[in-house]
Amino acid sequence: MALVNWLKRHFVVIAGLLTLGYLLLPNVVVTVFSFNKPKGRFNYEWQQFSTDAWKDPCGVADMCGSLSISLQIAFWATVGATVLGSMIAFALVRYRFRARGTVNSLIFLPMAMPEVVMAASLLTLFLNLGAQLGFWTILIAHIMFCLSFVVVAVKARVMSMDPRLEEAARDLYASPVQTFLRVTLPIAAPGIAAGALLSFALSFDDFIITNFNAGSTVTFPMFVWGSAQRGTPVQINVIGTTMFLVAVLLVLTSMVISNRRNKQKA
Amino acid sequence: MATLTEAPPPLSPTAPEKKPPRRRGRFTPYWLLLPGILWLLVFFALPMIYQASTSVQTGSLETGYKVTWHFATYWDALADYWPQFLRSILYAGAATILCLVLGYPLAYLIAFRAGRWRNLIMVLVIAPFFTSFLIRTLAWKTILADGGPVVGALNSLHVLDVTSWLGWTTGDRVLATPLAVVCGLTYNFLPFMILPLYTSLERIDGRLHEAAGDLYAKPVTTFRKVTFPLSMPGVVSGTLLTFIPAAGDYVNAELLGSTDTRMIGNVIQTQFLRILDYPTAAALSFILMAAILLMVTFYIRKSGTEDLV
Repeated sequence: MALVNWLKRHFVVIAGLLTLGYLLLPNVVVTVFSFNKPKGRFNYEWQQFSTDAWKDPCGVADMCGSLSISLQIAFWATVGATVLGSMIAFALVRYRFRARGTVNSLIFLPMAMPEVVMAASLLTLFLNLGAQLGFWTILIAHIMFCLSFVVVAVKARVMSMDPRLEEAARDLYASPVQTFLRVTLPIAAPGIAAGALLSFALSFDDFIITNFNAGSTVTFPMFVWGSAQRGTPVQINVIGTTMFLVAVLLVLTSMVISNRRNKQKA
Repeated sequence: MATLTEAPPPLSPTAPEKKPPRRRGRFTPYWLLLPGILWLLVFFALPMIYQASTSVQTGSLETGYKVTWHFATYWDALADYWPQFLRSILYAGAATILCLVLGYPLAYLIAFRAGRWRNLIMVLVIAPFFTSFLIRTLAWKTILADGGPVVGALNSLHVLDVTSWLGWTTGDRVLATPLAVVCGLTYNFLPFMILPLYTSLERIDGRLHEAAGDLYAKPVTTFRKVTFPLSMPGVVSGTLLTFIPAAGDYVNAELLGSTDTRMIGNVIQTQFLRILDYPTAAALSFILMAAILLMVTFYIRKSGTEDLV
């Protein structure tokens, strides 16, 4: 009876942790199998412990090349989407203008559209225009689908901002440019950073839209997709594990830093 | 990152949107909007028009395509591929329900019970995003491998007998069955459910729970009458953010499924990239888009949270 009561009281915690386990299990498998030495071409069955892949992460033909292409595209897509998206967000929150409804739905629709639809229609456009598929078409597509997410992230932040701060700056004879650079931008920065981070993750990990519009260019997700047909090298798991660890470390460090700052302020 | 959950654009249901003040520089907003909106018009809206036009063209790769208003492509596409359409909606629906059932406790845990572990759990929910989802989906091939521990356990508990009888699995395999595909879809889109749920749960005033308790509501009643209704915006945007991408997905069906689990995304991809039958592919993609937009509109109306969009 005590056990039943305990289970009842902690039901949410137990169920929640089980879900967390379900979310993290594949990452555990990816990490463990980065130390595998598979017999055949596929790294799906455990054979024996080995650190070969960690010693030679670029030992697979074309993999690190595809990784570098993905990083470049993710970087420029982040820059493009963050700049264009932040501008739209500022306009939406700070100004009145015609066609606000149209602008809002144009931003909402890409997020409510299955990727495959955007991918197919964009390819139709490129084929009709006779565009050369490759780096640039991928970049164009990535900026397109990251834009909306930046707008949402920045808009949320700017909306919660006290407009009196800007008024105060103007009362103190700050020029519009000064007000923007010294007051508005620093306050909006966390929103812009969140949008940029999201863009980078979305772009780096995108497969469906990229697969349609890449031509013969191979990004890292496309390399993984191809290897699922040809044979999965262990090095893929090494990259996957590294990315996971770097992400966790980055976030934890930033949390520690912001905690310290808050303490200093208090 | 939690800002992701703000989609669709948030509008508080209580306060009507305040009109931003008119400023100096009448054209400033237009200059700010121009590049981004132009980008979306050219690379999002215009392609939709091109796609619509392609879907009513006839011809061949060699002779080129011409618009002939050949609407029969739509009927042929539906007649040939309705099973894949149906399957996409069923699989995506099942995955969405599973995401809600699995994701709610975790979102609740983060919002109300995690204490100082809250940030760490949040990081663990988001961090898998940064490992390529294809690598993580391939990991399910290992987890669900034939004769592996998971399949072995399900087999000894006779779960697979039940699921085979339902047609979700075949024999003592999980891989290459509908169950594996739904499991993969659920896994891949679970964070898109958890984050909006968390955002709307976090906004709930804790005193409301106390008030319900003071009025002699049992925990279950408190949840049913207070917590769940107040989390409805999160439920609605979470189910949308899960269902829409899941319905168009073809990665899980390709990697974890078989030819019997092909979804509409697989068909569109094959028609477009391998068979090069552009009109059929465009028609299928157009039908998918229309179906999803219709369902989303209907769903938002039904769930009574129109202020979401």
